Amino acid sequence: MMNYAVEIERLRVVRGGRVVLPDLSVRIPAGQVVGLLGPSGSGKSTLIRAVVGVQLVESGEVRVLGEPAGSAGLRRRVGYVTQAPSVYDDLSVRANVRYFADILGMPAAKVDEAVAAVDLTSHADTAVGRLSGGQRSRVSLACALVGDPDLLVLDEPTVGLDPVLRRDLWELFRSLAAQGRSLLVSSHVMDEAVRCDRLLLLREGEVLADATLPELLEATGAVDAESAFLALIDRGQEVLR
Amino acid sequence: MSLRRTLVTAGRVLAQLRSDHRTIGLMLVVPCVLLGLLAWIFQDTPVFDGIGASLLGVFPFVVMFIVTSVATLRERTSGTLERLLTTPMAKGDFMFGYALAFGVMAVVQALVATGFAVWVCGLDVAGPLWQLVCVAVLDAVLGTAIGLLASGFARTEFQAVQFMPAFVLPQFLLCGLLVARDRLPDVLRWLSDVLPLSYAVDAMKSVTASTAPGADVAQDAGVIALWVVVALVFGSLTLRRRTA
Ligand SMILES: Nc1ncnc2c1ncn2[C@@H]1O[C@H](COP(=O)(O)OP(=O)(O)OP(=O)(O)O)[C@@H](O)[C@H]1O
Ligand SMILES: [Mg+2]
Repeated sequence: MMNYAVEIERLRVVRGGRVVLPDLSVRIPAGQVVGLLGPSGSGKSTLIRAVVGVQLVESGEVRVLGEPAGSAGLRRRVGYVTQAPSVYDDLSVRANVRYFADILGMPAAKVDEAVAAVDLTSHADTAVGRLSGGQRSRVSLACALVGDPDLLVLDEPTVGLDPVLRRDLWELFRSLAAQGRSLLVSSHVMDEAVRCDRLLLLREGEVLADATLPELLEATGAVDAESAFLALIDRGQEVLR
Repeated sequence: MSLRRTLVTAGRVLAQLRSDHRTIGLMLVVPCVLLGLLAWIFQDTPVFDGIGASLLGVFPFVVMFIVTSVATLRERTSGTLERLLTTPMAKGDFMFGYALAFGVMAVVQALVATGFAVWVCGLDVAGPLWQLVCVAVLDAVLGTAIGLLASGFARTEFQAVQFMPAFVLPQFLLCGLLVARDRLPDVLRWLSDVLPLSYAVDAMKSVTASTAPGADVAQDAGVIALWVVVALVFGSLTLRRRTA
């Protein structure tokens, strides 16, 4: 039997009077890096918020690591990085990460480890407000890594980063998955699809495809993820699962 | 709830404050400047002894109200609150962490303002000074609790700042500073009997006027503490784990 990190059954979410996720069902396997791709406004962040349990949902069921999303038992096991970096600008990098480590009761050694993992050791004592946008989003990531979560839910963690850093972070994600952790990573950048074990293509709140990249390329006859995605959109409602 | 998470949250809030020297300076200097100004205006009259004490009860409340409502609104809009509520952090940890941090700030503010009022401006305090400081701290915690509550109704920082006159000025007008509370029209007196700042000011007046104010102060402190609990309970209802 397949082991799932996230199981979503007929999820319906309405935000500000508009239906964002009409009726979404999907399963995300454990121990893999699953990429959540889709155009701006397609509902990626909304889906992610539902998975971490901060989104009010109208109906449907979201189970995470076997428990209902947002339940108390999950709060140590799920790490969440919001799309806009949610960190304290007036504290140093290390103070931010230490705060989240303290909340979770993690040992102090983990703090420096997490700061090093996002390559900010040389800026550890700098106030976050004095960092660049990409650096700030890495601080936000470090605050999630420090808790050693079983499931990491990352909303566009590589936006605004240069190719070298993006490669390093994806290597970090891959090594976390190799340790048996599950990752759900949203992205705008279609070429990051190559790095994912599975892809979830979202359009207007509906799953357009839930497949591996090779499956996707074979089904569409496209050469890369971007053209595969465009091909799927052109075909209309047809769904690849 | 967990003591550790409450303490680390208080520590984090204090660390943020510490990095903001200007805010700390304003919190400590502004009350002294205003007290000094009043003492000067009313020099050679007995008026300052009455008003000065009342103001010692008003400052911690007003200052902590503003600082808390803006700080927690910032947590809401920056996404840090949403993120914290996905961790084991309880709402109580968050609120008591804030109350504790600003309570510590209030001790410092109360010591500085009281010291300035007594030794520089010559405020006569008949009762024990430590009671004055205790009332000031309780008052600051009240400001923090009501600030937390108010920030739940603000969507923007502009709104949060506007809540200051809305929540604070009516209490200021009715707390007995301008007209003694027992000389207010009936309806206003009832209102003033309900509002917490009235009790803060009453307590301050008792400490300055009486040599053994313990019982009066304890009664007023009880009412303030009740308000703190009510504000924290309602404030915690505005902290939602799930939002639209
Ligand atoms: N706070 C909000 N209140 C009301 N509606 C919202 C809110 N946030 C997003 N929406 C609506 O939900 C829809 C999906 O938004 P969502 O943020 O999930 O998209 P996204 O795929 O993450 O986009 P992006 O790639 O730009 O981050 C949008 O149409 C948007 O109008
Ligand atoms: Mg998004």
